[in-house]
Amino acid sequence: MQKKMHVTATINGEVQEFLCEPRQSLLECLRDILHLTGTKEGCNDGNCGSCTVLMDGRLVTSCLVLGPEASGAEIVTVEGLARGRELHPLQKAFLEQAALQCGVCTPGFLVAAKALLDREPQPSEQRIRWWLANNLCRCTGYDKIVRAVQQAAAELAATQGGMNRL
Amino acid sequence: MARVFIPSLLRSFTGGSAEVEANGATVRELIEDLEARYPGIRQRLLEGSHLRPNISVAVDGEVSPLGLLETVSPTSEVHFLAAIKGGMAPSMGSLSPSSAP
Amino acid sequence: MSTQSYQVIGTRPIRHDGVDKVTGRALYGADIQMAGLLHGAILRSPHAHARIRSINTSKAEALAGVKAVVTAADFPPTGDRIVDLGEGETPLSYIRGNILASGKVLYRGHAVAAVAATSPHIAAEAASLIEVEYEPLPCVLTAPEAMRPGAPLLHEDLKTKEFGQQTDRVSNIAEHFRHSLGDLEKGFAEADIVLEREFHTATVHQGYIEPHNATALWNNDGRLLIWCSTQGAFVVRDTTACILDLPVSQVKVTPMEIGGGFGGKIPVYLEPVAALLSKKTGRPVKIVMSRKEVFEGTGPTPGSFIRIKIGAKRDGRFTAAQADLAYEAGAYPGAMVGAGAMTVFAAYDIPNVTIDGYDVVVNKPSTAAYRAPGATNAAFATETVVDEIAEHLGLDPLDLRLKNAAKEGTRRADGLKYRRIGCVEVLEAMKAHPHYRAPLEGANRGRGVAIGYWFNAGLPSSCTISVNADGSVTLVEGSTDIGGTRTSVAMQAAEVLGIPAGSVHPVVVDTDSVGFTAVTGGSRTTFATGWAAYEAAQDVLRQMKERAAKLWGLEPSAVRFEGGHFRASGHEISFAELAARLAETGGPVVGRATVNPRGVGGSFAGCIVDVEVDPETGKTSILRFTSIQDAGRAIHPSYVEGQMQGGSVQGIGWALNEEYFMGPDGEMRNSSLLDYRMPTALDLPMIDTQIVEVPNPGHPFGVRGVGEANIVPPPAAIANAIYRAVGVRMRRLPMSPPNLMQELWKKS
Ligand code: FES
Ligand code: FES
Repeated sequence: MQKKMHVTATINGEVQEFLCEPRQSLLECLRDILHLTGTKEGCNDGNCGSCTVLMDGRLVTSCLVLGPEASGAEIVTVEGLARGRELHPLQKAFLEQAALQCGVCTPGFLVAAKALLDREPQPSEQRIRWWLANNLCRCTGYDKIVRAVQQAAAELAATQGGMNRL
Repeated sequence: MARVFIPSLLRSFTGGSAEVEANGATVRELIEDLEARYPGIRQRLLEGSHLRPNISVAVDGEVSPLGLLETVSPTSEVHFLAAIKGGMAPSMGSLSPSSAP
Repeated sequence: MSTQSYQVIGTRPIRHDGVDKVTGRALYGADIQMAGLLHGAILRSPHAHARIRSINTSKAEALAGVKAVVTAADFPPTGDRIVDLGEGETPLSYIRGNILASGKVLYRGHAVAAVAATSPHIAAEAASLIEVEYEPLPCVLTAPEAMRPGAPLLHEDLKTKEFGQQTDRVSNIAEHFRHSLGDLEKGFAEADIVLEREFHTATVHQGYIEPHNATALWNNDGRLLIWCSTQGAFVVRDTTACILDLPVSQVKVTPMEIGGGFGGKIPVYLEPVAALLSKKTGRPVKIVMSRKEVFEGTGPTPGSFIRIKIGAKRDGRFTAAQADLAYEAGAYPGAMVGAGAMTVFAAYDIPNVTIDGYDVVVNKPSTAAYRAPGATNAAFATETVVDEIAEHLGLDPLDLRLKNAAKEGTRRADGLKYRRIGCVEVLEAMKAHPHYRAPLEGANRGRGVAIGYWFNAGLPSSCTISVNADGSVTLVEGSTDIGGTRTSVAMQAAEVLGIPAGSVHPVVVDTDSVGFTAVTGGSRTTFATGWAAYEAAQDVLRQMKERAAKLWGLEPSAVRFEGGHFRASGHEISFAELAARLAETGGPVVGRATVNPRGVGGSFAGCIVDVEVDPETGKTSILRFTSIQDAGRAIHPSYVEGQMQGGSVQGIGWALNEEYFMGPDGEMRNSSLLDYRMPTALDLPMIDTQIVEVPNPGHPFGVRGVGEANIVPPPAAIANAIYRAVGVRMRRLPMSPPNLMQELWKKS
């Protein structure tokens, strides 16, 4: 057994400390140590996007980040999108547009789409497709996912102060 | 009498006929009647007292969930089919393997 | 029925499990945590075909953190017998053999041994320390190769079956069957044009994003508890019990949320292994597959070799058709060739037909169902030949199809006669769709169409509905929800009870808590479990009428239920009001139903696709795509559209990119999601949908089931579009850049 390392990171706005083996990925730390199982594993090699989280504002596939690398970082996972009982406009739009079937890809898509709308509040359809191209969904054919992102973008633009909320 | 459709690989028993007639209130009785008319055919359809693995029976266009116990009327059409393996149980009444919901 | 107006059916409520799935709270199989949990890993064969000489587990057992190692020798010592576990009758030795190999390994990735350890990393390390001595054997990888006399044999005792009869031919052909109708020779003699073509399709994977997983606890009371990702908890229960020689009641399976299945999560792979490891350790054991294991160790869908011959009169009328279908079953018998045979000419009324099917074992993973299994391969062949006939005769391809379209009363070559089907309606909707008439300009662009069929399934489902005092109901069902079926089932109960969809709380429960329910598959859940919900709701109404009658001092027969209210002369009470008075009128009301329905209605789907081919690279881009399908009745139109879009895109992936690249040694060279190229958002346009509704007279609401037919036509439609774009007929899937370039070079 490898010697464990002590890691401190801000996860969904809360400072968290945990012990992990150096070989454990951030994905394993989130799921197995912190029990944040909303972030999913589909491939463990960076090719499906199910494990997508925000790390210091950047999109990363958490299966390709080692746990200790998260030291001092700010991490946002799907569990951090809603504010209390209020869903994020993307979450609402995914529900209204029926943008999920099995739902296992959904956490990754939500986090990736949030990163896009944080940067570009009014992306074109092509831009959305480009941005989400690292997230695989096998159930929906993407149509309703793209529409949900468009709906959330429109809603955020329409809501006063929408951008602050993100 | 019910119309019975004979699968092509069993037509040697019926002198080449694709369609024959037989009596019986259930599929089981029907097979007994077929056997009387075309000796030897029963053992191609049954194994012991059950339908052979991978054979299913359709009565009036629908694969029967009841198999040998299925009721047959004098105007019924009966088919013996090579049941499809994979996915789902032909013996449970379906020809269908399966996939999405 | 079609004129009836519904309150709930046809609306688009938010799905009941939606919030949990967008917040990350929904628990999938891999999310299970429990005290004392051990992690399993599986050692898999590096050879496609080899004899196992010996297995030495001592080094693995000696590694710190390792708690147990198991091999096939740990299965109970019951002998071989024929069992039926919902996949047709199969020797137990095949089912066990695929879970842990004994004697021989039959494909690369075949499970050989398993380890349980305190962490997944230690388990993986330990698995690599197990020493297996193999004697490699020559392998066969395709059906035509495996059918050749003298080909290496996978199962030395496998004799070809011909309609129930074991022949004495030992070969890799597990089964041969033939359907025939009319007089084939006469039919071809009558034809003015006869085309015969050969097709090859590659092995492809369902590609669900969630890998297989299972957690087992062999409890101290002797009961085996399992949590897993499956399309059918009862299939897992029955299979695991059978493999481990336990009574079914000793096994309880809890289906977790499932991250996609498409047929691939019907077979059992991990559960009995996790169970054996738990038995040895006394602790719960979780096994989660890696993506590579999913590709190499689970069932993809068969690759195939198909020969199609169709004859037609000058006016387009088909006179005869013949098909030879050889499907690769993988390591154990059971390719989906029977379904291929039932669907190959399913869209057409042809008087003279012969279809020969061959189920062929090869040294690849044992295949599993994949969305309309067997039908996509077959339709790719038929629908491209039909397109070629239309071209030769100068006919519009949809007119040619309409001229020959199957209808109520048409007899298929497998003998069955259609009841009410929507083939003509789907073709007419395609013809009338603005996409079909829209101009398509530009070089290297073309439009194609095709149609496909899936017969759908019935099978048993069970359901109970308890009435709550607040006027809502709780609906308990056994169908795992892969794409919104909690809601499509709940909506049918809501419609009967006259309450909103949101007042039904559907729950999917374990095998102890609901009656037997067959798998979520065969597009059956909305049809059959929906029907069970309908019946259970009727049972609730019957009991509630008795309660109303009691309140009013009347006979129950005097009470009617309409528009959400119970009524009798001078009396009226709403469902919710009466629900609040159950305690005083006799206690709780629980409705229940089990069904094993007849009246299954098949579904036709068509598509129209515009492509552009880059003649320099052979890359095909999808410019526009329209999917049109007969739903019978669309319960929740958004999820019907979702099925159509998802199936279409899987069909597009199958058409253009997906394949198992096999080396001559039987190694899959592209076993990652980087190299097994499934469509991404960037590869696609919006997928337009049009739902056709030809109600199924066999279902109370007219439901047919929409999960599958939509994957069937895209490869053929895309092949037809490519022909119009660049003038080459593609007869090999995938139509990937290298395969397409080869044809373009041949042409020039
Ligand atoms: S699990 Fe990280 S990208 Fe697939
Ligand atoms: S909803 Fe199933 S993978 Fe996207």
